Amino acid sequence: MRRYILRRVAALVATLFCVSVLVFVVVRVLPGDPALIIMGTEASPEAAARLREAMGLDRPIPVQYLEWVGQALRGDLGRSIQYDVPVASLIVSRLSVSLPLTLMAALVMALLAIPCGVFAATHHRRWGDYLAMVLSQIGIAVPGFWAGLLLILLFSVRLGWFQSGGFDGWSQGVWPALKALLLPAVALGLFQFAVLARTTRSAVLEVLREEYVKTARAKGAAERSVLFRHTLRNAMIPIVTVAGIQLGQLMAGSIVLESVFYLPGLGRLALGAISARDLPVVQGVVLFVASLIVVINVAVDVLYGLLDPRIRYN
Amino acid sequence: MMAGRSIRPLRHATFTAGLTITVLLLATAATSLVYTPRDPLEMSITGRLQGPSAANPLGTDQFGRDLLSRVMRGAVTSILVGVIAVGIGMGVGVTLGMLSGYFGGWLDEAFMRVMDAVQGFPAILSALLMSAVFRPSLTISMIAIGVAFLPVFARLTRGSFLELRDREFVQAARALGAGDAALIGRHILPNTLSPLIVQATISFPVAILAEAALSYLGLGTQPPHPSWGLMLKEAQAFLSLNPWYAIFPGTAIALTVLGLNLLGDGLRDLLDPKLAS
Repeated sequence: MRRYILRRVAALVATLFCVSVLVFVVVRVLPGDPALIIMGTEASPEAAARLREAMGLDRPIPVQYLEWVGQALRGDLGRSIQYDVPVASLIVSRLSVSLPLTLMAALVMALLAIPCGVFAATHHRRWGDYLAMVLSQIGIAVPGFWAGLLLILLFSVRLGWFQSGGFDGWSQGVWPALKALLLPAVALGLFQFAVLARTTRSAVLEVLREEYVKTARAKGAAERSVLFRHTLRNAMIPIVTVAGIQLGQLMAGSIVLESVFYLPGLGRLALGAISARDLPVVQGVVLFVASLIVVINVAVDVLYGLLDPRIRYN
Repeated sequence: MMAGRSIRPLRHATFTAGLTITVLLLATAATSLVYTPRDPLEMSITGRLQGPSAANPLGTDQFGRDLLSRVMRGAVTSILVGVIAVGIGMGVGVTLGMLSGYFGGWLDEAFMRVMDAVQGFPAILSALLMSAVFRPSLTISMIAIGVAFLPVFARLTRGSFLELRDREFVQAARALGAGDAALIGRHILPNTLSPLIVQATISFPVAILAEAALSYLGLGTQPPHPSWGLMLKEAQAFLSLNPWYAIFPGTAIALTVLGLNLLGDGLRDLLDPKLAS
């Protein structure tokens, strides 16, 4: 087991190295001269030269990379050009919106999808199953940001139950903040709900066909106990795996939903930085989110190995 | 593949429904290239933000442009982006997967770590990064979406190659003097095609959803060109004035994706003998 985890961690380090190289290549190498991107092509040569020197662009590329990564590892992602504060502190402050939004969406998704999938599987090829599958087909087809627009149209414009967007921060109280995040979380979780419901259904169906479930039934176990003690426990392995991978996708999806609901999160930070040519901010946010997704994926892998001994001996 | 059992694809309800919607989508896109009820770019100061009417069956936008014509032309953008993005992901992904699976060793290890890293970049992240460095554009959105597909195509191909490279028919071909290129291209690759086709079909609607989201954020198709995502971005400012403006382009996306998903599910059932039996 320890060897399995060590191997995964070694792979994680290699993968994170690749992530940083990819970001570095796109930002520093592909464009030729990042200083001109930040200042615009009309910048005076002297000013561009000063910025190049300040950013260390006059040194060899491998040296630039090592310096950049070294700083990033110490939590220094550079300074925002637009706000003139450290990028890392901007990311931390915006996380107070993006992270709760992602977790709420994950909660909404799991609370709805798992019962829905179990129900569909236990009513295989009956109306309940078909209904659940139709719902999940719709959930997979509806883009999250459009679902957000429809929710605004219904609950804000028509019914006036929710504000149509914006976020006043956690200082105004936990409930108003959670309420402001509810519609975006539902819209964000819809697609992943549909995916997870389908995964749950097929995982439970598969386990229900196993011999040991037949045995449990044959020895007279109550249907409830067959379902919860024998079936769900074993079906949880693929469900947890898929849900874990979805966490990363929700993180990426939150960037879109923040725009729909005007939430001051990481995604809006990065989008605003694009029009302001604030390259360090975009670079910092992308590096942070991509690394987070990679870490989540490896954590899921390790968890999978913990849950299912067959995997780690392979 | 299914010896002794005839397949009648049209008997398969999911496949037929998906095929019907997809054919309608293609027909709409093709028609829009030669005919739309109005010019999708023609503005009208007097007829702005109208609801559905006889003259404009889906209403008009904030410049008085005909929504039906714009939704029709938007199908072309979606299909184009879908095809090119999946093409990029499949082309590059399959190549990397072939090399990885066939040669193995350190090359395989290196490629797979890179693929793990690429998996950390959903289309939205690559699009953000590339748009910050270059300008936001349709091309960037296609590349960003294509890159997001690399890992799945690479892994799928690698898996098939690992499984097939030591099989007898490959060893026989090698013994007869076939080189690496011939073994890869002529003997192994053709046997990996059906899962790849299914994966491409599944990826296509995902690409369309991603294009819509990127255009909505202003990172994809640029105005005044019609794109469903961009139309929704513009519609959001007028939600209370003309709600239809936000409803029709979204319905177009959802219907398209639904059709393609059903087609993909149906195709997988029909092509995968393990599931069909």
